[in-house]
Amino acid sequence: MIAWTIYLTFAGAVVLLVFPGVVARWIALVTAIAGLVLGIVAFVRTPVADLAHFMTIVSVPWVPQLGMNYHLAVDGVSLTMILVTGISAVSTVLFSWDVDHRQREFFFWLLLVVGGCYGVFLSADLFLLFAFYELVIVPKYFLIAIFGSTNKEYGAMKLTLYSFFGGMFVFAGILVAYATAGSLDLNQLVQFHFSPQLQSWAFPVLFLGFAVLAGIWPLHTWAPTGHVAAPTAGSMLLAGIVMKLGAYAGLRVAMNLFPEGFHAWSKWIAVLAVIGIVYAAAVALRQHDLKFVIGYSSVSHMGFVLLGLATANALGVSGAVLQMFSHGVIAALLFAVAGRMLYRRTHTRELDALSEMNLSHALPFAAFAFVIACAASMGIPGLSGFAAEITILIGVWKTYPIAVWITGAGMVLVAAFTLRALVKSFFGEVRMQTGRVSTDADWNEQSITLAEKCGACLLMFATLAVGLYPKFLLDRIMPAVEAMRFLK
Amino acid sequence: MSYLELIKLASPEAVVVITALVVLAVGLTSRRTGIICSGIAVLGLAGAIGAVLMLPRNANLFGGMLVITPLTSLFKIICLALAFFTICLVRSEKSLRHPGEYLAIILLATVGLMLLVGSEELLMIFIGLELLGLSLYVMAAFDRNDARSAEAGLKYFLFGSTTSAFTLFGISLIYGMSGSTGLAAISDKLAAAPVQPLLATGIVMTLIGFAFKIAAAPFHLWAPDAYQGAPVPSAAFIASASKVASFVVLGKIVLVGFAPVQGSAAWHAMVAGWSPILAALAALSILVGNLVALAQSNVRRLLAYSAVAHAGYTLIGLVAGDREGFSAALFYVTIYAITLVGAFGVVAMVRRETGGDDVSNFRGLACRSPLLAGCMTIFMLSLAGIPPLAGFFGKFYLFSAVLRAGANQGLLWLVIVALLGSFISLYYYLIVLKAIFVDETPLPTARHLDGLSSDLLPRATVAVLAAAVLLLGVAPDILAARILAAVP
Repeated sequence: MIAWTIYLTFAGAVVLLVFPGVVARWIALVTAIAGLVLGIVAFVRTPVADLAHFMTIVSVPWVPQLGMNYHLAVDGVSLTMILVTGISAVSTVLFSWDVDHRQREFFFWLLLVVGGCYGVFLSADLFLLFAFYELVIVPKYFLIAIFGSTNKEYGAMKLTLYSFFGGMFVFAGILVAYATAGSLDLNQLVQFHFSPQLQSWAFPVLFLGFAVLAGIWPLHTWAPTGHVAAPTAGSMLLAGIVMKLGAYAGLRVAMNLFPEGFHAWSKWIAVLAVIGIVYAAAVALRQHDLKFVIGYSSVSHMGFVLLGLATANALGVSGAVLQMFSHGVIAALLFAVAGRMLYRRTHTRELDALSEMNLSHALPFAAFAFVIACAASMGIPGLSGFAAEITILIGVWKTYPIAVWITGAGMVLVAAFTLRALVKSFFGEVRMQTGRVSTDADWNEQSITLAEKCGACLLMFATLAVGLYPKFLLDRIMPAVEAMRFLK
Repeated sequence: MSYLELIKLASPEAVVVITALVVLAVGLTSRRTGIICSGIAVLGLAGAIGAVLMLPRNANLFGGMLVITPLTSLFKIICLALAFFTICLVRSEKSLRHPGEYLAIILLATVGLMLLVGSEELLMIFIGLELLGLSLYVMAAFDRNDARSAEAGLKYFLFGSTTSAFTLFGISLIYGMSGSTGLAAISDKLAAAPVQPLLATGIVMTLIGFAFKIAAAPFHLWAPDAYQGAPVPSAAFIASASKVASFVVLGKIVLVGFAPVQGSAAWHAMVAGWSPILAALAALSILVGNLVALAQSNVRRLLAYSAVAHAGYTLIGLVAGDREGFSAALFYVTIYAITLVGAFGVVAMVRRETGGDDVSNFRGLACRSPLLAGCMTIFMLSLAGIPPLAGFFGKFYLFSAVLRAGANQGLLWLVIVALLGSFISLYYYLIVLKAIFVDETPLPTARHLDGLSSDLLPRATVAVLAAAVLLLGVAPDILAARILAAVP
């Protein structure tokens, strides 16, 4: 049943091309909600014991001569990712409610990205996984290049070429695995023993290829530029789910297929991850554009995911998966507030300009949502960021104690830039009482709309629920991670 | 061997020749007979496809001069189908005078293709090449009102006739040294005795002749001018059907005739033979084609340089030198041909509308004609190798076949070059798509000659081809299984 998330999303994308533009957003919303509901139902109804291994749900021969199967499977990790995809998709559509320019195309590309993500998270066949993975790239380009803002064509092209560059390495790694083992089925491949010599070079090729999309330092530079250039919906999808594709595929494919190569290289991944956390946080501290701040914060938070993966113990990897969920929700909320609620109304994202507008009074709901998002981003207990990062750090402590100290310093930087952005954007000193806000003619008509409130509430609920009761997700993630064979 | 049997086995060629003569006669009777001639030509091609289907499974006449195997039958059908689509596109080229003669020449070129595909004897292959080549020179120069068309024809002719001389000289050397022109007999001779220098010269000269036909670097210099200057249907035919047939016959020559002198192109174990020659041609074509294409501003020139690169990709399938590599190469070149006919169809209509075929003429196409924009997107992304289109599967199939062919992944270097090439290529395909989708205002200088809605048949043709590219990407088995079963 969970496979229908893919079919429904692609069907929705095709259907909305047929209907007139004004109903496109409704079709997109219905499609996204259907995907989320399917995800929730599957999450609640599947017995926890079944999620401990990669359980086949669909398997149909596709190209028999080459051993390609249309093979979908699900376990606790992929189900968690399905859930965050559903949440991001629904809120993204809600925050795109007032797109009025080329609506059909907009929602078409948007649903293609979402459908491709569902596909990656459910694929149990290497070719299928790679096909969905590459499928996501081009819709992103159009979404940003047509509908984006600042420097959109440059940002879109940079992002696309980086993704494809990573995809090239992934392609090479997949071909080598296929040519050596003679199979494309993930469940068969993890049983195959690749020679240590092959693993030692095939693992970094494959993992780095995926990690480009996860924003690993120093291949992260596409992320801030891309996030800033993208329309709000694009940033939400990018930070919310597309960056997770890289981390998820790195875990599912690279680490599972080449465990010995992974062990040989894991400390280097940890080094890159820690540099990414600290470096991106430090850069974010110096940014003047609110979206750049959030873009770099995404890189920093994805550093935690990579660090968690590099620990190679069940706790750290489970924490990484939890962080993927958590950051997907938080980043979507941050971008929604910055891109939609603020920028659409003030037409600026400059922190200095925003600080003079007294926005906490003008937009109380936006201020509330942003406070929640920032708190979650900083890792305040009770919100999802804390639960995820503490799990990761406990895992890291077991493997790389020194990394915990450096990461701790990085977390202080994260708190610093987040607070700086929060204070400057909403709680600045009011020097001009009659600032640009009150003189803007559209201003009064554009209070926060119902759609925006619904989207923000959904995201806030998700981060709060996971923060208060992370066990709900961890109970399903942990057994699935423990069943993977790369654990030390 | 009775003449009756000969006529029966050569009936497809006979049908096409008779059709060509009838079309020529009808075209001479009056001036406004374009539609009747097209109708007759289409009927003739359909009849020829029927005749191919009626042929026996296997037959061999005159020591390989006319061979019928499942492979030759399949590719005769493919060539006829490509000719069919080209004739459908002729309707979009209103400026062409004398449609009767033009169609008759296309049909004669098709006969050349069928002779090429259906022969395993060097002399007959040469006759096929000449019939094809002479027809194509005329087709390239057919638009006598356009100086560029004359330039295209002249350049193509000069290059082509020189390489014909090369090929003929090579064939004569091979005949002199081996005493035979049949591929099977040559193979026996090569296996029996060590290769004489003169024979090696003959082999190299023959290969150069084919490298010219498939536009592999450094024998590609005619292609950009021919693609850009020739009437669009001629360019489509040169790029598609002629290339498919050339690859079929090149594959047969090297894999059957020159099988004993294959050599090896593996990285650390190069052995002299045709395989390292083709590998060098392939790597050079991929790099030169893709890099030079980056600098093009004319879509037809861009397609020409990308054709050079695609010839390189296809060649690496032949370098693999086994059944799987050959069938992967044939699959790849077939879908490439389908894609290119479609892309040229779109170019023809844009050219009619705006009076040119530069990238800037495509600006805003998405708003003016969503159908053509969508089809062009499918063609460009398929060429770039983006799922779920046929080009993606083609590349995966091709590269995995190559990687599995060489022992110990010795051909990995070729695959890496090819992956690098396809990474570069995404950029210039995206530039075309950017013009179509992102730049919304058409060039003010572009003349709007007549609307896009007037030509129904070419639009339907393009749509059918786009659907075929999509279908072959989602269900590649339809074609891949047939080719694999037909390759001996």
